[in-house]
Amino acid sequence: MGQTITQKILAAHSGREYVEPGELINVRLDLVLGNDITAPIAIREFEKIGAETVFDKERVALVPDHSTPNKDIKSAELVKILRDFSRKHKITNFFEIGKMGVEHTLLPDEGLVGPGDAVIGADSHTCTYGALGAFSTGVGSTDLAFAMAMGETWFKVPEQIKFVYYGKMPKWVSGKDLILYTIGQIGVDGALYCSMEFTGEAIREMEMAGRFTMCNMAIEAGGKNGIIEPDEITEQYIKGRLKRSHAIYKSDPDATYKDVIEIDVSKLEPIVSFPHLPENAKPISQATDVKIDQSVIGSCTNGRIEDLRIAASILKGRKVHPDVRLIVIPATQEIYMQSIKEGLTEIFVEAGGAVSTPTCGPCLGGHMGVLAAGERSVATTNRNFVGRMGHTKAEVYLANPAIAAASAVLGRLGSPEELD
Amino acid sequence: MIKGTVHKYGNNVDTDVIIPARYLNTTDPKELASHCMEDIDVDFVKKVKPGDIIVADDNFGCGSSREHAPIAIKESGISAVIANTFARIFYRNSLNTGLPILECPEAVAGISDGDQVEIDLENGVINNVTTGKSYQAKPFPPFMRELINVGGLVNYAKAKLGK
Ligand code: SF4
Repeated sequence: MGQTITQKILAAHSGREYVEPGELINVRLDLVLGNDITAPIAIREFEKIGAETVFDKERVALVPDHSTPNKDIKSAELVKILRDFSRKHKITNFFEIGKMGVEHTLLPDEGLVGPGDAVIGADSHTCTYGALGAFSTGVGSTDLAFAMAMGETWFKVPEQIKFVYYGKMPKWVSGKDLILYTIGQIGVDGALYCSMEFTGEAIREMEMAGRFTMCNMAIEAGGKNGIIEPDEITEQYIKGRLKRSHAIYKSDPDATYKDVIEIDVSKLEPIVSFPHLPENAKPISQATDVKIDQSVIGSCTNGRIEDLRIAASILKGRKVHPDVRLIVIPATQEIYMQSIKEGLTEIFVEAGGAVSTPTCGPCLGGHMGVLAAGERSVATTNRNFVGRMGHTKAEVYLANPAIAAASAVLGRLGSPEELD
Repeated sequence: MIKGTVHKYGNNVDTDVIIPARYLNTTDPKELASHCMEDIDVDFVKKVKPGDIIVADDNFGCGSSREHAPIAIKESGISAVIANTFARIFYRNSLNTGLPILECPEAVAGISDGDQVEIDLENGVINNVTTGKSYQAKPFPPFMRELINVGGLVNYAKAKLGK
């Protein structure tokens, strides 16, 4: 019987030939991840288990990124728990500021995840690594504790939904727009429990940055994981990065899908998701009368160098609107450096923007750009829930980096095409 | 074998009604249990008896990822939850904290509030003693039964490590 890429990875990691949707299985893990919010609880549970040490000191990644550089004493205490634990257990992949990045951008760039891997993280956007052809998903802190001790976890094999994107992508339309549009079509629970497999010519032609963005937001449709079959573009990306061997899995032609959804991308415009759910997706042409106070470019969704390049191409020689604060956050130190080398940082500062050290910061309303009541921000992040970027009476509009940059100049939501 | 009286609820019983956020400043299971289901059924804690079973429709446990929800249910005396579907993270958290949960729409349709129900976890058989009807849920594989039997993931790990 044919299997999808997700089934094949799960089967391979549970010592099986075939796994069936709905089945409960035990899965060996290639990498487990925690951050400054979830790992402290996991570490407490880990102590209760009484394991001498972690299953593999090179396969546990601890990334304090949510409230770093430590925004207050409480955050500092939480990060200290991670630091002490990492030192005690000689965990090699603990990333302090100066070496760190937003976890879901950092781990693939550091070569810690590769095609065919099975990965869990105590963070819902762990699904990002599906872009490499890995199975990865978010879990709770107790799951993380168990996985750190045992190197395995249990899964219920998900059902699969296939999304086929065909046609040529119009200018300014990106992976972000495809996923926002898709969530708009199926809703925030449209893929509940399911694996979302992204395929089609538009995906095959998409660079890794766009693929990461799409898999990152699978959870916003309720998905367990998002996944894309590896190809030459994947191989190109992992070359010189990935430190381990990897395995390429592809879906069989006769694999079973719960649903197949086809989307013609040639008809799409850039999408903006209105407050307070990612499913409130509208084409930019229907969104241009929304004034904004802030524009945030960054996060694990759109903080890659490709995203910064697009934003800079729009901001070059222009000024941020006097009523708008522009905040640009490269997702990792490597991207931060690259942005300096390519002159992008200079363009952002020249335009009147603020450029931050890597952090989650405003994405979860932590620091570095928290909104007051009544304020609106366009953001390249992934969630626009009530209170997500600050006050519960503030609003977040999700968009791609081109829209966020153009809107920063216009002072309202708008597309680069509206700038002469 | 699990046996008890059924407390039946509808769709989308969320983690906020299972254990309201105002009680999350504690992790003490007894205290959590004393507020279990408070916002959907104030009498729940008074009427629930050890061994009783919750039966519900779709998407039981939706909302936040708080592990306090299955802990409160389990500590209140409930021995299992049967529903059409569970929210994904609640599903994980329940089994991880040793609360057996079963997805079986046929059983949900055939069980009423107050019925006496027996569950054989090993074989996944749900028996409505009141009506005499039997339903088949997917049985748990051995590792999951062991995980539930020892009371959840932390104990399971301890046992595996011989601690
Ligand atoms: S950038 Fe935002 S979504 Fe991504 S890990 Fe950080 S807080 Fe979560």
